[in-house]
Amino acid sequence: MQTHKAKRVDITIEKIMLSRLTDAIEKADVSGYSILPVFGGSGRSGAWTREDNIGRGDGMVQVVCIIKPGRLDALLDSAFEVVDRHIGVVTITDCEVLRAERF
Amino acid sequence: MDVFSLAAETLVTPIVLSFVLGLFAALVRSDLSIPEAVAKGMSLYLLFAIGFKGGVSLADHGIELTLGLTLLAGVLLSAIIPFVAYAVLRLMSGLNALDAAAVAGHYGSISIVTFVASTSVLESQGIMYDGYMVAVAAAMEAPAILSALWLVTRTKGGGTMEPGLWREIMLNGSIVLLIGAFLIGMITGEDGLKEIAPLVIAPFKGVLCLFLLDMGIIAGRGLRKGRGVLDAGAIAFGIVMPMIGAIFGLGAAMLLGIPLGSALLLMVLSASASYIAVPAAMRVALPEANPSVYLTLSLGVTFPFNLVIGIPLYLALATVAIGG
Repeated sequence: MQTHKAKRVDITIEKIMLSRLTDAIEKADVSGYSILPVFGGSGRSGAWTREDNIGRGDGMVQVVCIIKPGRLDALLDSAFEVVDRHIGVVTITDCEVLRAERF
Repeated sequence: MDVFSLAAETLVTPIVLSFVLGLFAALVRSDLSIPEAVAKGMSLYLLFAIGFKGGVSLADHGIELTLGLTLLAGVLLSAIIPFVAYAVLRLMSGLNALDAAAVAGHYGSISIVTFVASTSVLESQGIMYDGYMVAVAAAMEAPAILSALWLVTRTKGGGTMEPGLWREIMLNGSIVLLIGAFLIGMITGEDGLKEIAPLVIAPFKGVLCLFLLDMGIIAGRGLRKGRGVLDAGAIAFGIVMPMIGAIFGLGAAMLLGIPLGSALLLMVLSASASYIAVPAAMRVALPEANPSVYLTLSLGVTFPFNLVIGIPLYLALATVAIGG
């Protein structure tokens, strides 16, 4: 089957920053993304789990975008303005998609 | 009843003991936990019930000048206490200016759960309080955040108050529900209360017990994980600062001439530290500040102190100063 090259960007960020990040993603003309809950983890600020959260902004979420390679720089520039000072991880991986026109 | 008997009586209640059970369970690493959705549901219920009852009480007694003055006092206390907290913290601990300012913001703001637990103590003691104290609690959430950001700007620069953040603080779900239920209670009055009394009155203390069991578990886990994050001076601050805040609250209550029950609530609001609204604001405005420091202090040290020792202590102090 014919496949097409794409980039997958995973951004793990504090939940409180989520709406700011999705605004930035949309500003970069990326309309498709998925938001996944993160159940817990550990980092420089120590270990945490969702069970220990009491506030609306506690915890982390992961935003996954799959885009055409040519749109990567615009997305990263826009997203970086949000994630720059904050806890989180940004990863970029090569992937392939079946329907290129959707990305 | 003397003040010591009063203090002892408020300690041995299902509410405090449920919290202690949760704390114990977390410290001994039991797998006891309350599902996230259940905890969220209980918190919504408690906010609605306390807001509604406050509104009904205000409808009964009418709006007085004292309400406006107490609101103003609450806003001033919330704005001023962070400066005191910052100075005390810098004196007592080795925390840097940024973390100290972030912590200070938490101590100017309030813990609504401590407030709710205090109203429950007052009701069990048959001590009346003014319904508008719910509005004072809501008004004291935000000014402290501005004070903390000002402290950061003054000491080292940085700290941003973007417009979106201000809206999020003022319109966060807890504030909207608390004030909304308060207004519903105020509009519908006693008739409205009669209609929904089986929901907002009868189960209140039982739900509060379960909620505090959960809070005990969370506080205990925070305390366990926070070991090594705080030095002895910072931990001592978590106990000393609420008492300083309570004295500020008592002073304001005496100036205002409000009755014992409301005075205790103003003391508790001044003594408590935020662990919901302010941490969220700090993560956006001061992401460089260490969340382990301010969360461990407010939730792991000050919240248990206030609930177990602080409330009876402040009640005893207010009884001596104001009279029961």
